[in-house]
Amino acid sequence: MKDASPAKPYALHLGVIALLFALSFVLPEYHHGLLARIMVLAVFAMGYNLLFGYVGLLSLGHAMFFSAGLYGAGLAVIHLGWSVSAAFAAGLACGALLALVIALLALRTSGVAFMIVTMMFAQVFYLVILYLAAWTGGDQGMVVPQSMRVLVLGSTSLDLTNPTVRYMSALALFSIVLLISLAIVRSGYGRVLVAIRENEERTKMLGYDTFSNKLAAVIVSGTICAGSGAAYALLFGYVGSSFASVQYSILPLLWVLLGGAATTLGPLIGTLFMYYVIDVASGYTSAYLLIVGIALILLVLFFPKGILGSIRQRWLGWLP
Amino acid sequence: MMPLLTTKDLSRSFGGLRAVDGVDFALMPGEIRAVIGPNGAGKTTFVSLVSGRIQPSSGTIIFDGADITSLPAYARVRLGIAYTFQITSVFANLSAYDNVALPVQRTLTDSRSKGAVHTGVMAALERTGLADWAQMPAGQLSYGHQRLLEVAMGLALKPRLLILDEPTQGLADSEIDNFIELVREIADSATVLLIEHNMPVVMQLADRITVFNAGRILAEGTPEQIRANAAVQDAYLGTTHG
Repeated sequence: MKDASPAKPYALHLGVIALLFALSFVLPEYHHGLLARIMVLAVFAMGYNLLFGYVGLLSLGHAMFFSAGLYGAGLAVIHLGWSVSAAFAAGLACGALLALVIALLALRTSGVAFMIVTMMFAQVFYLVILYLAAWTGGDQGMVVPQSMRVLVLGSTSLDLTNPTVRYMSALALFSIVLLISLAIVRSGYGRVLVAIRENEERTKMLGYDTFSNKLAAVIVSGTICAGSGAAYALLFGYVGSSFASVQYSILPLLWVLLGGAATTLGPLIGTLFMYYVIDVASGYTSAYLLIVGIALILLVLFFPKGILGSIRQRWLGWLP
Repeated sequence: MMPLLTTKDLSRSFGGLRAVDGVDFALMPGEIRAVIGPNGAGKTTFVSLVSGRIQPSSGTIIFDGADITSLPAYARVRLGIAYTFQITSVFANLSAYDNVALPVQRTLTDSRSKGAVHTGVMAALERTGLADWAQMPAGQLSYGHQRLLEVAMGLALKPRLLILDEPTQGLADSEIDNFIELVREIADSATVLLIEHNMPVVMQLADRITVFNAGRILAEGTPEQIRANAAVQDAYLGTTHG
């Protein structure tokens, strides 16, 4: 957004990607698997952040975009026998289409009404998944057979159940989405999105059709979240209705708030932090949610803009 | 010569109040027109109708020969109608640079200007004397500078018609002198419609003056004619002639 040289932010982001790559070779097995999962869910958070952080639209229904990707990819493999890459594309397409339809309806509202409308649509989506149990497995969910989870690229085929392949696939998706977000945020389009968040009326009076810009943002956000869901189905092999429940609409909001809304790396940090607080705390006590709650309260008190948001505010103004 | 802007029988009611009531108005290209009138006369409502911020109850608005009555505000901006706000509404959390970059990149998208965003932004900031504050968050600029930033944003839209709604409100006298110079410069390339309460500013700048009262046009003419008009003095200056 700033008119500063682009070298620093790009170096930082490439550095983060390189670090995640290197971690694959040193992490113990348990953390290796956990980090792969965190990277996939961080993509979910990045998609959410684009809409919430930059456009200022608080959705409480993003679980439906995640599960559109999850089921779009999962059902394509299980029922249609599609290949992994075709199923991933199907997941993306489901997310994009759903986002288009939801945006056309929900963007007629704003503020609290937007939260309620998105939440309501997500509940409908969740109930439809349960209702169509014959195809979706209902509340039991479905397992994507191991034999189907093979990514064919030209003459090589990669077994997505192999931990290293899985980690690297998650990293590849994470890196692509991270760099896409960085490019969006630094572009003229990103500047318009922030302007809409700050003062929509004024943005209109500068010649911007704010509805179209918001529509595009919901579609990009929904598609990224669907990408996360599709990757989750294909990499971890489980397609379940719990991912469509309201909990999974609130989690990305929490991750983004923790890491720092409207920061490109905040979603990763937030997801990582939350996962590890829960992981460490549950090792000591069954009341781990209490510790999570205290950690959240402390963060809100001392880092009201999230971890990265506060760092940007106090020390590193150039952070994108 | 064809007027740049014409309104025909333009009206807008809020409930029972006819804020703008059957206004026929014409503005020639290149002129500086001041709109004056007592509080509540309908001046801001009138320019809001022209800029598209609110829709008229009836009547038509013609800009450069085309009927724009039903166009949304953003489309009118793209035609070259720029509006600067009465109450300063710059993007307080964005830098002055980003504030101006928004209109600059808009005109580039619409192919109404050429070159790089950076060049356009710095040109607009230099013209308003804000170049040194480019990276400062707009909310931290002094009030006078925020008003200038509003004007810089309006300028960056490459307007053919620039609507300034009480631009000198809250400015110090020294700032007002610079401001008058700036508006004269702008008028070289754009038509200016100015709502203003500060009479010395109006008398120095305006080619013609339109006086609003109770939603209607009470009088229109050169500054001298308006100064001498008894009806205007009654309505606006509140003096009585015995």
